[in-house]
Amino acid sequence: MYEKDGEQYFVVDGHVHFWNGSAENRNKWGEGFIACFYDYHRNLSPEEYVWPKEKYDRYSEEDMMHDLFEVGYDDVAIFQPTYLRDFFPGGFNTTEQNAEVAARHPGKFIVNGSFDPRDGERGLDELRRQKETYAIQGVKLYTAEWHGDSRGWKLDDPAARPYFELCEELGIKNIHVHKGPTIWPLNRDAFDVHDVDPIATEFPNLNFIVEHCGLPRLEDFCWIGTQEPNVYGGLAVVMPFIHSRPKYFGQVVGELLYWLGEDRILFASDYALWQPNWLIEKFVDFQIPEDMQSELGTISTEQKKKILGLNAARLYGIVVPEEMQVAEPAGAAVGSEPVSPA
Amino acid sequence: MTTVPEVLGALAGVRDPELDQDLVELGFVTDVAVDGDAVAVRLRLPTFYCAPNFAFLMVADARRVVEALPGVEVARIALEDHFTADEINAAVDRQAGFTDAFPGEAVAELDDLRLLFQRKALTAREGRLGEALLAAGRSEAELASMHLDELPPGPDAERCVQLRAELGIDADPRGPAFVTGDGTVLTAEDIPRFLRFARLVSRSLEGNAHFCRGMLKTRYGLTDEEVAA
Repeated sequence: MYEKDGEQYFVVDGHVHFWNGSAENRNKWGEGFIACFYDYHRNLSPEEYVWPKEKYDRYSEEDMMHDLFEVGYDDVAIFQPTYLRDFFPGGFNTTEQNAEVAARHPGKFIVNGSFDPRDGERGLDELRRQKETYAIQGVKLYTAEWHGDSRGWKLDDPAARPYFELCEELGIKNIHVHKGPTIWPLNRDAFDVHDVDPIATEFPNLNFIVEHCGLPRLEDFCWIGTQEPNVYGGLAVVMPFIHSRPKYFGQVVGELLYWLGEDRILFASDYALWQPNWLIEKFVDFQIPEDMQSELGTISTEQKKKILGLNAARLYGIVVPEEMQVAEPAGAAVGSEPVSPA
Repeated sequence: MTTVPEVLGALAGVRDPELDQDLVELGFVTDVAVDGDAVAVRLRLPTFYCAPNFAFLMVADARRVVEALPGVEVARIALEDHFTADEINAAVDRQAGFTDAFPGEAVAELDDLRLLFQRKALTAREGRLGEALLAAGRSEAELASMHLDELPPGPDAERCVQLRAELGIDADPRGPAFVTGDGTVLTAEDIPRFLRFARLVSRSLEGNAHFCRGMLKTRYGLTDEEVAA
């Protein structure tokens, strides 16, 4: 919980990791991956929050508990697994490991699972196992993941359909979608989020949380968001711009409020890429810059409360203390009427 | 014999297709060496995992423009520090296409991808121009009846003309100033919604470009002078 000027903010951190990028658990692809992650961290963090590379490779559970809950204001954090076994043979950040950590800290974490449609029948059994073992309510999907000779997959691949059907059947409602630089076929734009569109239409009972709001394809994401009420924007990676490029952050948040509305935007630190502490402090102090307000409007305390925790609490059935709720009814997005795409 | 400045001038005509900005300005060119009729160029990108399709286009385009210079027989382009550098460099060197560079992983060449981003680039430029015109007091109805040669002069208007020609969209100076990415002419009724969306595209592209520049600076420890962020 974060408190400022007499207002209390319930915080659900929608995307956190406890990864193992250490030298013992990576090949040359993994080395490139964690180095790239470290550049993201160094590029967008305030100087005093930049870690040495060795700590960044593999931080401790104590570090994480301290950063998220002791100084980080998170009430609940959602573990989003990322396997990347072709880069990190033991897995980068697995559901199994996350569940062990979560069990040691009751009430602090939500453990999400994941699936890969290229695993076929075996993968469906594995998804059932994850539901039974960890009672998962959501999955994180990384479409750029390598798998043998394959460099990725799309949500609307026929092989993925049985997985979404099983999610519906098992009550795994929250589908977190993360795009990366590779996809099959490699000649297509890997960051394209259009595959979310038909799947969101076909599975109206599932919620599709598009991580980092589709960046670098914000325009495609907003366009889909106007048409699909079950599409949400996760602010992982968007948040740190609040420090290094506040004007750009204001534009992105202003656009999201315009096209999607305040009920479909979810806060996330993407820890350990960035730390929730400074992100939350700056976000509560943030306002859309004055010269953009005539077009993009302003952001209210109620809207910030929804984004920081209430929206995710609704998706995951997290009980929020009465005094941290907002009275205001849901606000419709101004831009939710279809427009001509580029 | 060509000179290093001439080679850099040619490379400034190659754009990162995703960002619609040129390679020299982006800081992607690290070295140019001229040896008789042979030219060697070294390129770098903001991350180890930048998308291989865009990387391939930049390397292939760089070779094409440098070899078009008088006195150049062969240009060798070396993309460095990238996860698919070997595949891309070897394919461009043997003048092979993208499907040849990544057998089994690609099903077509990159023309459609390039077109998609040229359309986005055109929309983004129009978004910026439209915003400036509205800020200067022009009405949306006036924008809808404006001709291409009436756009405020500058890089955005020039690039619009260039992109329209590349996309096969009417680039006649007396043609309509504002069209969608596929060439559809906008009516006064379409203009407000189109410009609102076009500004979003423009912000998205500009944001990506700033981020890429920031990542390049961080990756290579560059100063602000070396890469304008």
